[in-house]
Amino acid sequence: TRKEILRLFYRYRDLAPQLVPLDYTNHPDVKLPYELIGSMPELKDNPFRQRIAEVFSEDGEGNMTLDDFLDMFSVLSEMAPRDLKAYYAFKIYDFNNDDFICKSDLEKTLNKLTRNELTEDEVRMVCEKVIDEADLDNDGRLSLEDFQHMIVRAPDFLSTFHIRI
Amino acid sequence: MEVDATLDSGSEGKPYGTIFCLYEARRRSKNRRAKAQRKKKQVSDDEDDEEDEDEAPRKRGRRKRTKPQDSDQDDEEDKRSVRQKGAKASRRKAANEERDEESEEDQGKRKKGGRAASKQEKEDQNKEKKGNVKGKDETNKGSEKDKKKKNGKQSSSPVSSSEDESDEESMSEGEIAALKEQVEEKKKLIATLRNKPWRMKRRLVLLKEAQEFVEKFEGALGKGRGKKLYAFKVMMTKVLMGLPYGSIPRKTVPRSEQDTAMDFSVLFDFGVRILGVPCLLPYGSWDRLQPPGYCKYSILFYGYYNNERTIGVLKFRLPLSYLLTGVGIFGYSLMVVIRTMARNANEGGDGGDEGEFTFSWKMFTSWDYLIGNPETADNKYASITTSFKESIVDEKENQKNENIHLRRFLRILANIMILCCLGGSGYLIYFVVKRSQDFAKMDPASLTWFQKNEVEFVMSLLGLVCPPLFETIAELEDYHPRIALKWQLGRIFALFLGNLYTFLFALFDEVNAKLETEQELKNATEWAIHEYNANYSSYYNTTDVPPLVVNPADAVRGPCWETAVGIEFVKLIVSDMQVTFLTILIGDFGRAITVRFLNYCWCWDLEAGIPSYAEFDISGNVLGLIFNQGMIWMGAFYAPGLVGLNVLRLLTSMYFQCWAVMACNVPHERVFKASRSNNFYMGLLLLVLFLSLLPVVYTIMTLPPSFDCGPFSGQDRMYDVVMETITQDLPAFMGTIFTYATNPGLIMPAVLLMVLAIYYLNTVSKGYQQANLDLKKKMKMARDEEKNRRNNKDSTNQVMKDLEDLLPNKSLIPPPTEEEPPHDIVIEKGSKSTKMKPGSAGKGVNLQKEVSLAAPNPRRPVAHPPRARGGPPGHLRGPLPGPGRGRGRGAPPRT
Repeated sequence: TRKEILRLFYRYRDLAPQLVPLDYTNHPDVKLPYELIGSMPELKDNPFRQRIAEVFSEDGEGNMTLDDFLDMFSVLSEMAPRDLKAYYAFKIYDFNNDDFICKSDLEKTLNKLTRNELTEDEVRMVCEKVIDEADLDNDGRLSLEDFQHMIVRAPDFLSTFHIRI
Repeated sequence: MEVDATLDSGSEGKPYGTIFCLYEARRRSKNRRAKAQRKKKQVSDDEDDEEDEDEAPRKRGRRKRTKPQDSDQDDEEDKRSVRQKGAKASRRKAANEERDEESEEDQGKRKKGGRAASKQEKEDQNKEKKGNVKGKDETNKGSEKDKKKKNGKQSSSPVSSSEDESDEESMSEGEIAALKEQVEEKKKLIATLRNKPWRMKRRLVLLKEAQEFVEKFEGALGKGRGKKLYAFKVMMTKVLMGLPYGSIPRKTVPRSEQDTAMDFSVLFDFGVRILGVPCLLPYGSWDRLQPPGYCKYSILFYGYYNNERTIGVLKFRLPLSYLLTGVGIFGYSLMVVIRTMARNANEGGDGGDEGEFTFSWKMFTSWDYLIGNPETADNKYASITTSFKESIVDEKENQKNENIHLRRFLRILANIMILCCLGGSGYLIYFVVKRSQDFAKMDPASLTWFQKNEVEFVMSLLGLVCPPLFETIAELEDYHPRIALKWQLGRIFALFLGNLYTFLFALFDEVNAKLETEQELKNATEWAIHEYNANYSSYYNTTDVPPLVVNPADAVRGPCWETAVGIEFVKLIVSDMQVTFLTILIGDFGRAITVRFLNYCWCWDLEAGIPSYAEFDISGNVLGLIFNQGMIWMGAFYAPGLVGLNVLRLLTSMYFQCWAVMACNVPHERVFKASRSNNFYMGLLLLVLFLSLLPVVYTIMTLPPSFDCGPFSGQDRMYDVVMETITQDLPAFMGTIFTYATNPGLIMPAVLLMVLAIYYLNTVSKGYQQANLDLKKKMKMARDEEKNRRNNKDSTNQVMKDLEDLLPNKSLIPPPTEEEPPHDIVIEKGSKSTKMKPGSAGKGVNLQKEVSLAAPNPRRPVAHPPRARGGPPGHLRGPLPGPGRGRGRGAPPRT
């Protein structure tokens, strides 16, 4: 809605008042560096903040234009449909951008989630189990379909994968 | 006294003057009597004021002459709130000018008695009075002004005016003008204060006073921004301070209880003691007889409401709407709960999936993106790590088996113990409630505090003690924590529910007893009225008998069981709240403080060791909420104010618990989601809703309402209101339609139809479930096959199963294979074990793997034989392969 967009714009602007002009219509090519985006209170404690910023930014480096910024929060809002959320969640967890979540991606995710507190063995075992559970076509990695199939059944996915602004 | 003077002046030649005089005299005598009787400071104060008021000339008249009793009472309340202000205001006035005004106003007030009096008369009176007043008010100027203030406020209050039916209020122009003038003056003063050559201190004081004055009287004058606020204030005072001073008996505090009713200690005392109060009260007051206080007669309870069919111009039908609201609440809640459950079921996918994706879900959905607080984030990391570790351990444990018999025995034992606990608590409550009924018949003065509050005390105590007990017992069972939690919740649930229902049954006994006494009372009342009529008509020899006038406070009244039930529920809620708060204060806060500060001088680490900090018990709290809701559902019909009370309670407890959690709890080691999306809790809620619906609907449908209180008084059954409305207010054809609709001949088929529909839908859903299961199985099979194909291009699922079947046989019975070339067998073994590896998570033996790798080629030919081998080779080996082929897992019996 218009109101939400405006609010987001102000949030965006607040991140860097010196960079973003108040009258945005004439300056469509402003970008905020990742350091600023990642320091938003909503994101700053998120272990995946860098991935989130990278996925939603056009250049893939985490530098966001206003449009990217709006995209991000619309996907993460409560209103977004489940499939869309699943798609972006997939991208976020796909660290090496190869359109599959492979073991290395899983390991990274797990280490971020637990702050490296699991032993190597445990990490490997968990990753194996995940692949074992969710990999439908048995190619040893999770494709988007696998991921969606798994994630739409998760009871908490919708409630955890959103950010309120 | 002043009174006399004014009276004299008033009575000079004016007819209404005399009336007034009479009235005044009566009142004075009454007051004196009252004064003598009452020792309570507060009460006597009020009386004083009242007296003064009557005597003193006032700014604005009082309208309520015709209904002395009521207006008196109103005054009393108003005054209480206003008195202080009044006193202040009085100080600030310059004596002389005021006096004039006063007398003028006084005039107005007098006129009140007979509004018809012409202006002329008034004027005269005014003058006379002025003289009088001047003569004497040197002495009691202060009190006069006091009065004036008060009356001013009161008279313009919308509520009070609405209450007296006969005289409509209208101030004389003189009064209004005078008041306006005064207000203007004050305003001017405010405006020009800056220019006055006074000291700052004085200026400030004056300014404040003036502002106060303006605000107050502007509102009273019905203009300016103060108006609404003022009206609101007055209304709130009236509503909150006990509208009990109504015009009908059940809204009025009975005479015997009146002198103590407003006492703080009794105000809330429909049985509940506010903890902590005892120490504030003078010694001995607890032993005094304490009749129910105001609250019993306030809008909190059923008994307050009227049975007038329609109210006001809009014809608001109170009884009908009361009933419909009561029933509508249930309907609405039911709908909301069911809709939420249905939505959850849709969103949550098929529930059968649980356990299929444990690790994936943990991996991808355990981080809550809403977290925006470093501390929370730390906790989350910790809990995610633990949960991963736990599931790893679980996974490992899944493989091994334990002594199943011992466990079974322990579980049965635990369940028996818990059943005993439940039964015991139920009996305890029944016993206590019975005992309390005996106590109720005894003289309340002879009872101790404990005896009077035994029921609530015991119930709260049970709620406090039993859950931990269950938890301890549940240790025996050794379930998986998640399952254990559900059991635990189910048991606590059963406990609460059992307690509540025992309580209800005991209450029903009481209600029945009350119904009996009520019946007697009703007969007695009818008899008395009949007698009265007969006497009256015989005495005056006339047939139109004026209705018996009884002061509402003196009227005989029935026990009003509805209010009694409502009171019980309010008591429950209040004591529940007290227990919650106390537990948090002592159990959490106290513990945290002890642990924190004793830790400096203790021999072991308290924070990490035995006592440690309390954990926040999410599931228990959710359950508490559910129960609270259940009690509200049950009690709301009999105590409509309960809902408001509960909103307050929930709000306070939210902030309080929030503080407690932040300040003195540590997060749970394992996090269980108790979110909306969990149909387990919703299911509990639904059950509670249904169970609380039962007693209420039962009472509505079967028990006769009290004859002299509540919106349904005078009716046989509560739902008669609906019938009445249908027959009287709706067009005739609606009535006929309704008659047809309620015909059993129509209802029975409808019910039948519904049952059939439910049956049909149930069958269909079962069918779908079955299909779902089949599909899932198929999918799994396909997956397995795929996996196998990938791992071993040559073998199909079928083959693998065959091989699996064959393997144990071969190892056990080597001889049969002798016919086949030994080479082949070795290879088969090898290929088998490689195939098993992915399935059984690394059980394979490296050596065998090597073998299979070493000889990949010879295996090729084997890919075809399986089909054939089902026949010929199996034939050779006897009966074994036949069954083995069909059912891969049927192997064990053969070994």
